Amino acid sequence: MLARIPLMDAELLGDRASQQDPSLVALWSLLEDVKDPEIPVVSVRELGVLRRLEREGDVVRVTITPTWSGCPAMHAMEADIRSALAAAGVPVVEVRTRLAPAWTTDWIAGSALDSLRAFGIAPPAPTAADPLAADPVPACPHCGGSDTRRVSEFGSTACKSLWQCRSCAEPFDAFKRI
Amino acid sequence: MHAEPELFHYTLGLADDALVLGQRLCEWCSNAPFLEEDLALANVALDFMGRARMLYSHAATLEGAGRDEDALAYLRDCREYRNLLIMELPRGDFAFSTARQFLVDAFNLPFLEDLCRSRDPELAGIAGKALKESRYHYRRSRDWVLRLGDGTAESHRRLQRAFDEIWGYTHELFRAGEAEQRLVAAGFAPDRPALRARWEALVVPVLAEATLRRPEDAWSVDGGREGTHTEHLGHLLSELQFMQRAYPGLQW
Repeated sequence: MLARIPLMDAELLGDRASQQDPSLVALWSLLEDVKDPEIPVVSVRELGVLRRLEREGDVVRVTITPTWSGCPAMHAMEADIRSALAAAGVPVVEVRTRLAPAWTTDWIAGSALDSLRAFGIAPPAPTAADPLAADPVPACPHCGGSDTRRVSEFGSTACKSLWQCRSCAEPFDAFKRI
Repeated sequence: MHAEPELFHYTLGLADDALVLGQRLCEWCSNAPFLEEDLALANVALDFMGRARMLYSHAATLEGAGRDEDALAYLRDCREYRNLLIMELPRGDFAFSTARQFLVDAFNLPFLEDLCRSRDPELAGIAGKALKESRYHYRRSRDWVLRLGDGTAESHRRLQRAFDEIWGYTHELFRAGEAEQRLVAAGFAPDRPALRARWEALVVPVLAEATLRRPEDAWSVDGGREGTHTEHLGHLLSELQFMQRAYPGLQW
């Protein structure tokens, strides 16, 4: 029996091609300045929200994907992407919102995990095979202590849960894996 | 089969479910038992609001009549709403809201799993996002059922009373009208009656662990999908729709 090797999703393959396209390097680096309004140390690309850029003449097409369905920051991110491109002299910006494949915290760039921790947010663990498994206990982003307790499954925003460190007694947010 | 009008009504019903339950959850904002729970309820509500927006936008596209998501949410009357009755019941005490949320979250898991395979790629995409969130919702509401059911005599009494009151409304989750059955046959919609066993597997063992009694299947109510609602929906909509009714076209 032949082993089946899963292929990369066609959309994700297209995203990767765009992110590695030499002719788009300037645009990608320009948009590195667009940060998550709630977490201003992480760019929308690092967050995995900004998926793809395409240029055709005067038009730059941007593909974004929402994090949590109700996240009110999505609107601000889209507006910030538009104004950054407009300020750089791009005449026409088209933004497409893509739902599938659904955003996952596994897409958050490795470079952003340390930024999150330095900002006081425990970064997400990798997603698990059992989708109903509880999130692993995060280490305290303030003192590094591992003795922490969950206060609530939902913190200051939908994407985070609320924890408290028993070592330094500080409360902190943890990014939920999804 | 020409599915568009039926798919529009189907999607609209799912959007109404999400909006009406989301609105009920919003009512807890600043009223929850403590601050962390206030935040949690508001965040779960936001997920349902986001889900409603995606579904209304898709419904508007399917209808193709020039109405947008706001027109569908704010400018339809009570009898035009198609949500299931369980979504519109008043929030009651915290035990009642917990019982309802647990039963609906447990339904959403198998329902959304199957909707991910819909032949409509947009519905499948929305379901893929919503499913991940509903798993968090279910975990949270299950924790509360265990905590209140196996808690004090008073919390146990209240939660049991809540399940007894609401149980008859759960049967509507597993009913499908003729139009929906056609969408099931054509691969667009999950088969609701077939979801019951998976729902019970997520509900019944938790009730037992929480030392609660599974209510008897003694009565049931339905009519939401046909627009026959309880008296409570009109009051909810009058608050939800007030601004757009009083000041048509008002922008934020």
